[in-house]
Amino acid sequence: MTDVHLDPRPATGVRVDPEAPRRPRWKRKRGDGPIAFAYLTPALLVLVGLMGYPIYQLVLISLFDYGQEQVSGGAPLTFLGLANYATLLSDAKFWTVLGQTVGFAAVCVVGTLLVGAALAVLATRVRTWARMTLFLAALGAWATPAVAGSTIWLFLFDANFGFVNELLGTTGFSWTYDRWIAFGLVAAQVIWCSFPFVMVTLYAGIKSIPGEVLEAAALDGASTLRTARSVILPLLRPLLIVVTIQSIIWDFKVFTQIYIMTSGGGIAGRNLVLNVYAYQQAFAASEYGLGASIGVVTTVLLLLITLGYLRALRKSGEQL
Amino acid sequence: MRVANRVAAAAGFAAAVLAVTGCAPVQSGPAATGADQQTGQLRVWLFDEVNRGPKEAVVKEAVTEFQNAHQGVTVDVQYIQVQTRAERFKAAFSDPKSAPDVAEFGNTDLAGYVAGGGFTDLDLSGWADAKDLLPAVLDTGKVDGEVYGLPWYVGVRALYYRTDVFNELGLKPPTTLDEIAPIARKVRESKPDMLGISAGGKYTYGAMPFVWANGGDIARKDGDKYVSTIDSAESKAGLRQYTELIADDICPPAQCAGNGGDASVEAFRAGKAAMVIGGDFNRKSVDASSAAGKYAVVPLPGKTAGSIAPAFSGGNLLGVMKGSERKTLAKEFVQLLGGKTYQRKMFDAMGNMPTFADVQKAVAESQPAVEPFIKTLNAGTKFVPVTPNWAKIDAQAVLPTLIQEVAAAGNDLDVAAKKAADAMNAAFAS
Repeated sequence: MTDVHLDPRPATGVRVDPEAPRRPRWKRKRGDGPIAFAYLTPALLVLVGLMGYPIYQLVLISLFDYGQEQVSGGAPLTFLGLANYATLLSDAKFWTVLGQTVGFAAVCVVGTLLVGAALAVLATRVRTWARMTLFLAALGAWATPAVAGSTIWLFLFDANFGFVNELLGTTGFSWTYDRWIAFGLVAAQVIWCSFPFVMVTLYAGIKSIPGEVLEAAALDGASTLRTARSVILPLLRPLLIVVTIQSIIWDFKVFTQIYIMTSGGGIAGRNLVLNVYAYQQAFAASEYGLGASIGVVTTVLLLLITLGYLRALRKSGEQL
Repeated sequence: MRVANRVAAAAGFAAAVLAVTGCAPVQSGPAATGADQQTGQLRVWLFDEVNRGPKEAVVKEAVTEFQNAHQGVTVDVQYIQVQTRAERFKAAFSDPKSAPDVAEFGNTDLAGYVAGGGFTDLDLSGWADAKDLLPAVLDTGKVDGEVYGLPWYVGVRALYYRTDVFNELGLKPPTTLDEIAPIARKVRESKPDMLGISAGGKYTYGAMPFVWANGGDIARKDGDKYVSTIDSAESKAGLRQYTELIADDICPPAQCAGNGGDASVEAFRAGKAAMVIGGDFNRKSVDASSAAGKYAVVPLPGKTAGSIAPAFSGGNLLGVMKGSERKTLAKEFVQLLGGKTYQRKMFDAMGNMPTFADVQKAVAESQPAVEPFIKTLNAGTKFVPVTPNWAKIDAQAVLPTLIQEVAAAGNDLDVAAKKAADAMNAAFAS
């Protein structure tokens, strides 16, 4: 080694400010601002174009009485202010549906994470051919379009001609009639099509844990359970956060499965979730203003849930 | 200069609007261009069918006749899905460039489409065929007294029943609405695998005749607004009579509550139901099923013996789009395809019931099977409220929810009917 650095400053070339420790953290890297901003500009432009503008339109539309007549220019626009939100929030059905959505999403998220994590661990323990089979099966479920998947599940669980009823000898039993059975069936379908993402991500995470760490734990005499709890889980935490947030957002916004499997929200609308409700009450009924307000409420709720989740993690000592 | 002034005024106005509201969501420009070209391509949208072949053949014949009569005109027919019609039509209204000149559409969608600026009024005066159009049927093509759609065919429903089952059990077809439930119960008692009557919880147009026969209605007109009467005593009597059918001893909710019209008829086709309320448009498919040759049709009886329950006069219209640049050609094509000759051909091909009195008479003579439907039609029919808000009530599934809440969820009829009436009134008021 001839190339020895004598310069005490880091090789990255960042100038170390001697006064740094006494300054607040956010001020310390002030010099990076413009450069950082320049690097972020392309991403920001894409985000503003793809996210900002639609959200702006969504909020705007939610403040108007905006139906098909207004879209096609046949009627004047009426500014309603927050009237759409007032209608929505005073609607008892909205609160029922919101409660159902939260419960349904919670079950789906927990189910997806459990199944995904269990199968990821399984994948690290089995032989190559078994792992290949598992991955192919999971990728198959992942690649199946939601509409096709839901329809296939409906066929499987058909009351009169379904394979499942034939297998169980319960021909004639309707899986989509009872509120909770119907919700359970749809939740199973949602878990089926969303666990592969969790499984593949966590599998990659487990595989990337250095062997030395696990070896060290083994040498220290840690049991499998102890290794999992004290070594693997903490190392997987960043990944778990990502897949949890992803799952929350996906499962909160489930539409296809409910719409198809309970034919638009079940008997008397008892299987409605927020997205299907918004579609039925607002978009199918050409009440785009009201629909947009449901969209805004959903977005805000999801942001709050995500922020709350991140805060809770932060409190438990996790650096993000 | 005048133009400049006008531009300046428009700009000023736009600025003022922007200042008042901040900004506003997009609205598409005026649809009508005023042009009326006599050549070029005429675009036509018709509904796709389960068995489209015969329809397509008749339409092709009409297209050939039309093209031969008009030099330099080609007709491009597209078949669109009934299920996705709402999206297709909304898109067409918002972007006149991608819209057709002529379209087939359901008569319950009419008021909404007209308010959405979709269709132009149709002047049928001076058209020889027009005088024979049945007035009640033509009414389903009108909004505020103006004709916007030419009734292409009409659909009415009547009571199908299995003659073999009725003979075996010594039953006679019901003569009043009240008799339906006991007869249906008897059938299921002796044949537990069979539905007494296949009555769907989402089968609005199967349930409404019960309401109408009892003197109730969906809504009544009060001034220029509609007010829901679905929670009136008469309406509730009809609803009670219909929801009584969706019960374990007639048509178990687990099997029936989720069914619409098609699924209800499907159970009859599969030989699993002794009765069903079905349309004249279902006849061909029932004839191609396991129930073929073993069924008969009678008009759905009313409240008293000998009366007929008012049926819903469904059906499809042909109309000319407001944004069309070939309105004269479009109207001529509507009059050709919707005229007597081609309605007769459509009846022979698809079984679609004609909308002209004389054509109807002719087909009844040639095909006795359509007689119960024509009787039903002549006994007087009813229609949904002619308001753009009906599409909204339909989309929000207000009536199916009402029926399902009572029949399947076990909710109180009074409460459910009140809720439905409130939902409708909210929609009517918007």
